[in-house]
Amino acid sequence: MATYSTNEFRGGLKVMLDNDPCAIIENEFVKPGKGQAFNRVKIRNLKTGRVIERTFKSGETLEGADVVDVEMQYLYNDGQFRNFMKPDTFEQYQADEKAVGDAAQWLKDQDFCTVTLWNDSPLSVTAANFVELAIVETDPGVRGDTSGGGGKPAKLETGAVVRVPLFVQTGEVIKVDTRTGEYVSRVKE
Amino acid sequence: MTDPAESAACDWQPSCAPDFLPLRAQVLRQIREFFWQRGALEVETPQLSRAIGTDPQLAFFSTEFDFTPERQTLYLQTSPEFAMKRLLAAGSGSIYQICKAFRNGEAGRFHNPEFTMLEWYRVGFRLPDLMDECEALIGTLFAGHRTLLAAERFSYCSLFADHTGLNAAEFSHADYCAYAAANGLAEAIAICGDDHAIWLDFLFSHRIQPHLGNNRLCMVYGYPACQSSLARLNEANPQVTDRVELFIDGIELGNGFFELADAAEQNRRFDREMAVRKQQNLPAAAKDERLIAALASGLPDCSGIAIGVDRLLMVLFGKSAIADVLSFPINRA
Repeated sequence: MATYSTNEFRGGLKVMLDNDPCAIIENEFVKPGKGQAFNRVKIRNLKTGRVIERTFKSGETLEGADVVDVEMQYLYNDGQFRNFMKPDTFEQYQADEKAVGDAAQWLKDQDFCTVTLWNDSPLSVTAANFVELAIVETDPGVRGDTSGGGGKPAKLETGAVVRVPLFVQTGEVIKVDTRTGEYVSRVKE
Repeated sequence: MTDPAESAACDWQPSCAPDFLPLRAQVLRQIREFFWQRGALEVETPQLSRAIGTDPQLAFFSTEFDFTPERQTLYLQTSPEFAMKRLLAAGSGSIYQICKAFRNGEAGRFHNPEFTMLEWYRVGFRLPDLMDECEALIGTLFAGHRTLLAAERFSYCSLFADHTGLNAAEFSHADYCAYAAANGLAEAIAICGDDHAIWLDFLFSHRIQPHLGNNRLCMVYGYPACQSSLARLNEANPQVTDRVELFIDGIELGNGFFELADAAEQNRRFDREMAVRKQQNLPAAAKDERLIAALASGLPDCSGIAIGVDRLLMVLFGKSAIADVLSFPINRA
């Protein structure tokens, strides 16, 4: 893998730091007029998601990290691993619960999502921004009540629970924004 | 790689807003008017020189003067100070200059490798007089554009003690490491090692500078002796030097000194810096023997300061990047 000097640090660059793959968020060159130059760098640890700030002496280097985002189809959960497939090559990948993380609650068989690979193994999974899922359980709404009042909880086929308006019923399919976990609309079949 | 023609099509235009050019011109005119009224003489000195600053922290540009059959390496000045001091030694009296200075390897939100510098020297001024004049200049330039709170002056060591609890004048490796570890700056321990000057740069730029000059001019004086550069050691307290730096909104604007006039001491500092360059495998700097000779012939007691005009324009007009005040920064040059 290539190495990158502080001058090459740009938002999005994937590098190895403390043995973990990380993404550079922001890099600022800091130099007192008569002093040592530093780079103050904001970095996201791709394994933990944590954002840290770290200072480097200008000119220092970091090794690049072999990290790529790949669109994959979610196949099934075998109890231990979640299984994904590259649609063009049919190559399959197994991700453990740690890598899948919060995305698990949005994953429906056959849906597409983004799998981040590090050294060709799943590092993290990101659900599509919008998913369409059926409601398996929610309180019956009061007839005539439209929105307002904050809605009611609804359990979806993947296990996720979102707040929906009172008029939405069990069995209906709804569209959800996975980034906020919020109900967007009903989906007309 | 991007296609040069393609990128030129979208970035041939200046990076600053079109209506910024008149503001820039107006500020330059006001600076000239300020010094005209105060009787300082505008001068010009060469940007290309046979000698260059030896400061290991400053990387320079060099070029070849082709004058067949001779070839000569010339350097683009990192600051006009050596030539201006030669004028002072020759009896010029108080002088100022607005010129380009060049620093290699510096580019970022607050840096462009070529930038506009305002540098002036006041014969007979001690550091506090120079600070008065800085305050007057800033007041003049900001009037009508931006209202600042009253200026502040702090000694470096008192600021350091207030913000970190550390003694800046006397280096304690254990204390500095403990402070860094306890304040989320553990990487400082590896970066700075036992180099007091780098520790000061690190802690000052991370912990102190961001808080300086919040909507006001902040002047920091009395730098520790290891950061003396071209300043004199303070007569009363040789642990510190007669050096001042200016800050507004946490941004460093300028660096001034009660100028070192001792030729032998200057020569020693040059030699020391050249040795550091050699040790760090940095390009050798050509020592300015003419400056040494000028100092030996007698530099009048004077104070001088250099201010980055582009950064001054940034804070004056509330811009967040140096590219917002330049016509063509390095990526469009």
